[in-house]
Amino acid sequence: MNLVAENLSYKPDEQFHLDEVSFDFKKGNIYTILGRTLSGKTTLLKTIAGLLTPDTGSMHFEDKNFLKVPVWERNIAMVYQQFINYPHLNVFENVAFPLKQRKVDDQVISDEVTKSLKSVGLEGYENRKIQELSGGQQQRVSLARSLVKNAKILLLDEPLVNLDYKLREQLREEFKNIFSQGLSEDSIVVFSTTDPREAMELNGEVIVLDEGKVLQVGPAKEIFENPKTLKVAEISNDPPMNILKAIIQENKIIFEEIKVDLPSHLSNLKEKNFNLGIRASDIELSDSGFEFEVELAEISGSETLLHLKRGNARIITSIEEVLNFNIQDRVKINFNANKVYAFNEDGVLASSPFGGSYV
Amino acid sequence: MGKLYKILKYFFITFWAVFVVAPFLWALTTSFKDFNSVNGGATYIPWVDFEPKLEGWRVLIKSPANGGVDIIEPYFNSLFVTCTASLISIILGTLSAYALSRFTFKAGFVKNNDITFFFISQRIMPPIVLSIPFFLFLGAINLLDSLIGLIVVYIVLLMPIAVWIMVDFFNKVPREIDETALIDGCNPYQAFFKVVLPNSIPGLIVAGMFCIIFGWIDFFFAFILTFTEVQLLPVKIVALNSSITPWWSLSASALISVAPLIIVAFVVERYLSKGNLSGAIK
Repeated sequence: MNLVAENLSYKPDEQFHLDEVSFDFKKGNIYTILGRTLSGKTTLLKTIAGLLTPDTGSMHFEDKNFLKVPVWERNIAMVYQQFINYPHLNVFENVAFPLKQRKVDDQVISDEVTKSLKSVGLEGYENRKIQELSGGQQQRVSLARSLVKNAKILLLDEPLVNLDYKLREQLREEFKNIFSQGLSEDSIVVFSTTDPREAMELNGEVIVLDEGKVLQVGPAKEIFENPKTLKVAEISNDPPMNILKAIIQENKIIFEEIKVDLPSHLSNLKEKNFNLGIRASDIELSDSGFEFEVELAEISGSETLLHLKRGNARIITSIEEVLNFNIQDRVKINFNANKVYAFNEDGVLASSPFGGSYV
Repeated sequence: MGKLYKILKYFFITFWAVFVVAPFLWALTTSFKDFNSVNGGATYIPWVDFEPKLEGWRVLIKSPANGGVDIIEPYFNSLFVTCTASLISIILGTLSAYALSRFTFKAGFVKNNDITFFFISQRIMPPIVLSIPFFLFLGAINLLDSLIGLIVVYIVLLMPIAVWIMVDFFNKVPREIDETALIDGCNPYQAFFKVVLPNSIPGLIVAGMFCIIFGWIDFFFAFILTFTEVQLLPVKIVALNSSITPWWSLSASALISVAPLIIVAFVVERYLSKGNLSGAIK
């Protein structure tokens, strides 16, 4: 009864857009596909929708060979990154379109559309033209259109990415509400995003995708706490996790002439050389710390992102206040050694502060 | 600088407007004159300069036996041929343009762009190159000197224009709209007719306008492919001779022959300023 895919591959040109992707989506759950741009997220969603046919692999849904079912019979809904609506129809007609296509009774259409528009906060806009709405409202219309169908599979392809900051925050909240109340036990939601925070907030099952390959599958918390590889650690953190070449000697972690006491969770590492991973948020300014040179300072919202350099080591740290730095300023920072990750030389997680290991 | 630019701009606009409109005004005044007014020197303002007469316009509907110019039949022939050929060209052209825009064709080294170019290349050759093949072809199927034959020829000439304009137009309609229609339960035909086509009205109007204009003004093929049975308006107008047909009738014929194009221009201008695709994708 689940949506099960095995070894889906799609290679229209030199590169794999999908490379042996398998998954098992259960009804009533939210799945987040996390990956950078061009990682194959849209390709995967379009494959589920039936807009693309994979070169190899199989997909089954409710015991049917899903690859044999044409798009228009799949009973899916999809929201695009761009705000796709029918420009020749008004808001009501846009949302009613999929129901009209199913030849549903007029009264039912009217009720369902009103309900759906209400759930996205657009009641009273029924007779507006699409062109008269703002970007956020247009995206809500396409969301309403996909909700009204009560589709068994709801695909959301980076639905928040083209919105401005405030609207994004607001719609993200609404998404969570809609998902938690409005969805029946019968449907599968697949949400794709480049933003790790979005993936963590939706708190469903996360699929980390890169260059068409599935790198890790697991609950959001697990991906955050125990990223399987360096790649996953990079993709699932924003700013990306800092990775430094380090060695262990005499119960110290050593890199760029910096020595840090070895935390207990790293004491069992077998190898001497490893990749040290540390989150930007686990680095703090401290007068007793190590000296670094400022390469760039960005203020984003209420935090400051510092790009720092020392020898060959480049790190990013985020500081929870707005501070002004000049380029080439010297700052002192300290590492929270209890929060560091160790990846072996092949990039696989050897030890995490949360006890995970894939070696 | 700003002021000088403005003065120059309006000077040239005025100059060009006069240049374009003056012949029409001249023809318009002349069409309301009689013999005395035409030969009485340059006069332009009715009732002041000359007494307007409807003789020039009356001649148009008189039979040749009564001294008329007999352009009623060629006029309706032209209307029928142009409209039918344009309509068929738009229908066929739109369908092929949609296919060329959305699907990938490959036959050896021939791809979508080559097929599009093949359509357009029909219009690159000078018309005279096509005249002999058309003549022989229509002769072989017994359609020389007939309305049907002319329609066939005009479809060949007008469809490339429709394909060219509509391919360009469909390329600008986001594919995601078609895809959304498919997801919302339309099969590909319904997606085309229910979603893509209603959003393509501006393109259809432009393509239709070009087809009608090129069809209506064509003289060359109308001239060589007809003899006695069927005559189109441009051929008839050229055949009018000022030593037989008076100036006022010539002016009236000229005006009535451009009238459809003026109507088309006004309708199109209305629509083009109104319809656009914004809101489909941002």
